[in-house]
Amino acid sequence: MTEKTPKKRVLVGKPGLDGHDRGAKFLAQALRDAGFEVVYTGIRRSPEEIAAAAIQEDVDALGLSSLSGAHMRLFPAVVEALAKAGAPEIPVLGGGVIPDEDILALKAAGIVEIFTPGTPVDIIISAFQDACEKKSAG
Amino acid sequence: MTIDKLLKGLKAWDPRAIGRAISLVENGDDSAEAILSSLDEDLISEATILGITGPPGAGKSTLTNGIISQLRQSRKRIGIIAIDPSSPISGGAILGDRIRMMQHATDQDVVMRSMATRGRLGGLCATAGAAVRIMASCGCSNIIIETVGVGQSEMDIIRLADITLLVLAPGLGDDIQAMKAGLLEVADILVVNKADCKGADILAMDLEAVTRKGSATPTPVSMTVATESKGIAELLDQIEKVDSEHRDSGERQKRRRGAHNQEVLDWCLEILRPRLLAEITKKGLPLLGDPRLKAKKILEEQ
Ligand SMILES: Nc1nc2c(ncn2[C@@H]2O[C@H](COP(=O)(O)OP(=O)(O)O)[C@@H](O)[C@H]2O)c(=O)[nH]1
Ligand SMILES: [Mg+2]
Repeated sequence: MTEKTPKKRVLVGKPGLDGHDRGAKFLAQALRDAGFEVVYTGIRRSPEEIAAAAIQEDVDALGLSSLSGAHMRLFPAVVEALAKAGAPEIPVLGGGVIPDEDILALKAAGIVEIFTPGTPVDIIISAFQDACEKKSAG
Repeated sequence: MTIDKLLKGLKAWDPRAIGRAISLVENGDDSAEAILSSLDEDLISEATILGITGPPGAGKSTLTNGIISQLRQSRKRIGIIAIDPSSPISGGAILGDRIRMMQHATDQDVVMRSMATRGRLGGLCATAGAAVRIMASCGCSNIIIETVGVGQSEMDIIRLADITLLVLAPGLGDDIQAMKAGLLEVADILVVNKADCKGADILAMDLEAVTRKGSATPTPVSMTVATESKGIAELLDQIEKVDSEHRDSGERQKRRRGAHNQEVLDWCLEILRPRLLAEITKKGLPLLGDPRLKAKKILEEQ
């Protein structure tokens, strides 16, 4: 339309039962400031709800935040929910207080990138950019 | 997704195809025409389009959530288009209306789309209109457009609606007298939400006084507590009443025509803008001479 390049759309969600949304909000704002359109779904969402929203919103990537320590269960559950709903191509990225040994396991489970509290913002942004581009290319 | 698969998905009312189709139209993709010409015009003309506007924080999304729950009791398929402003600096946006409606996320018959204004001049009306048509064509008999009632482009969106609610709440600091002229006038129904909060009765009384002044048919005022689903059934009755009046009086057709013309105009401008810009750039116009005169000449050449 008015601009040539399609806008990147991402969804930021927080699965699990803990009520901390600091990480998710930080991520949403950082992405917004980098020019992304960010669908924010708030806290305490089930993996199925997040997957359904991502599909309806036709996002290019999905960012998850978890501070509860339940990431090993919840992040892969979102990847599975997406596959089950017929959208395995939507890349999932995750952030939170995640120990090194879990990172490899999460990547093996299909999470394309993991961020921890020390990760600089521009690394996060460019990871989302890459993920979005790979998706629209493939 | 190939275009064939997408069109098949739309025929099957698949939420995934709906989401994709809206993106393609929103991004001005070449496939937009194939998508838009495949739609079911009968379903589009039958659908009821409800506009919900009002200041930020009034409870529009929460109210929408309550309306969805109520309408789902009669097994209707619902479409929601929630529009939020893009940041003028980064061009990005946070689209947070879903937060209040997540209880319906896995309901296959509630199709929701968040949309950013993308700083368009007008163009938003064209793309939001297309989203309405896609949803209606995919079986959504009720479509709700939520938009913040502040900017002009957001107000234009409301023209797409058959019926418009203006949602207000006490404590938002809105002085009714000072309220943007036009905002009260576009509304078919005024909703005082947060009726559980102090000041709601006074706000409702003030509104009634304002709409009575100089009008034989004052705008109805409804009170709701969206967070507790209170007053929603009554509000829907009121909406139905206004809707049937509009159908009988020809107002509905009149609005549809006005909206349609607006959408066509919007698309004309969307299509013309890049072409004209290319033409102007190509010409390498001299700095001397009046811009308006040059514009006229370029348009005549087209
Ligand atoms: N007390 C009270 N709070 C409400 C009511 N409706 C919405 N809210 C709250 O008002 C805030 C804004 O609501 P939201 O639906 O996001 O408003 P919007 O910006 O107009 O879409 C939220 O914290 C809601 O929980 C209500 O009827 N009563
Ligand atoms: Mg809202």
